Amino acid sequence: MRWVRGIVIVAALLLLWQIIVWITGAPHFILPGPVRVAVAWWVHHPALFHHASITLLEIGLGLFFGVLLGCLSAVVLAYSRPARLWLMPVLVASQAVPVFAIAPILVLWLGYGIASKVAMATLIIYFPVVASFFDGLRRTEPNWIDLARTMQASPWAILRHIRIPAALPSLASGIRVAAAVAPIGAVVGEWVGASAGLGYMMMHANGRMQIDLMFAALLTLAVFAITIYFLLDVILRHMIPWQPDALSND
Amino acid sequence: MSLTDFRNQPAASQNVSLHGATLRYGSALLFENLTLNLLAGQTTCLLGPSGVGKSSLLRLIAGLEPLTAPTIFTGPEDTPGKNIAYMAQQDLLLPWLSALENVLLGSRLRGGPADRMRALGLLESVGLAGHETVRPAKLSGGMRQRVALARTLMEDRPLVLMDEPFSSLDAITRMNLQDLAADLLRDKTVLVVTHDPMEAVRIADRILIMQGQPAELREVPVAPNPPPRDPASRAVLDAQGDLLRELAAIEVPG
Repeated sequence: MRWVRGIVIVAALLLLWQIIVWITGAPHFILPGPVRVAVAWWVHHPALFHHASITLLEIGLGLFFGVLLGCLSAVVLAYSRPARLWLMPVLVASQAVPVFAIAPILVLWLGYGIASKVAMATLIIYFPVVASFFDGLRRTEPNWIDLARTMQASPWAILRHIRIPAALPSLASGIRVAAAVAPIGAVVGEWVGASAGLGYMMMHANGRMQIDLMFAALLTLAVFAITIYFLLDVILRHMIPWQPDALSND
Repeated sequence: MSLTDFRNQPAASQNVSLHGATLRYGSALLFENLTLNLLAGQTTCLLGPSGVGKSSLLRLIAGLEPLTAPTIFTGPEDTPGKNIAYMAQQDLLLPWLSALENVLLGSRLRGGPADRMRALGLLESVGLAGHETVRPAKLSGGMRQRVALARTLMEDRPLVLMDEPFSSLDAITRMNLQDLAADLLRDKTVLVVTHDPMEAVRIADRILIMQGQPAELREVPVAPNPPPRDPASRAVLDAQGDLLRELAAIEVPG
């Protein structure tokens, strides 16, 4: 049933796209139709896959470092009052700086290779992970901690066996957000300055008026981003089976 | 492993006494210079109006409230909170652990060896054989509180502190668990905070009423036969009536 629904949604969107092309009569260098984009995709698919693999690597590494750093920071914040007092304002203030504005600086410092894009994705992922995991860590059921204290548990044991597991559903929410925004970080980095990746390919195609190829790259990116999101969602559900899900019977 | 095996385990109970206990919440003085004696191997039930400080007194002995005045504590250790087992109104089962793993929580937290055989035996003795691998979400409220009881017994401490342990259960489940607890905790020194006069009348060796501000304790008589007592017997019903009258006569502070 889920598959049928997915196919129906995709088919409806493609049809809507084609109808808009027919009604507006837009030239193909402004809005190419789905067939034209499909042809461009087929012609260029080896290059598209090559660039997609680079963007995927950037997203994957960004997710890895962003989640790792985010988790460590959240644990430090949860356990150290000075860290909360001194780092929390810095963290919040850092979010006031648009990531897009940092991208040129990162490219300047880290170069045109994947390092600047990984840094970009890491930066954009970091905050949602810290915020959600920290929130989970601070909202541990106090009675669990009381019970653990009567069992002579050390603060480290309480962290490891109670607070961290209890915060995993919150962390999972943060990772889902991270999975959704990670491609933005990677692609913005590629727009600003790169020699490979889907974002670079889109800029390149745009510059040469290959709008059909630009759309093909965009769709490829969308498919990969959605796949990453749902893969992570399945993995997270599998890892946190005790998490209550009020919508699971839909 | 049968029930009797556990009773022969060590952890001999002893008298527990608390002198000079004082506790404030903000400007309110809950109790001051309070003395509480718990007799070895006996179950003491503590009743009184809400907010009088019953749970706070229990938490003080559990080491969960800071001592604000010089308090003399004689018990399994010289400071409160050591060598006790604690059971609360909520089952406090960790949702990501199975029933068996929850029973073994103490050894998991202390990083010590886990006596799985004893834990399995305890789960059997609380009537949960066959549910060892089940997570708490799949258990009923009564079953969850049985797991919590097994976890409390697993700690095998001479002093057991229970804070309204069965108050969230329906009447029949509560009665069954009272029987079970009275049976399994027979040789322990137990303090039970409860709002349910019938519970006190059924399982207590001694009943204390806490009242006033700052609060004081006084003992009221219990039915002569040993617990757990038949809830339908004349003596128990009379005792419940007397206790209800005692409690209803207390002027509730604030």
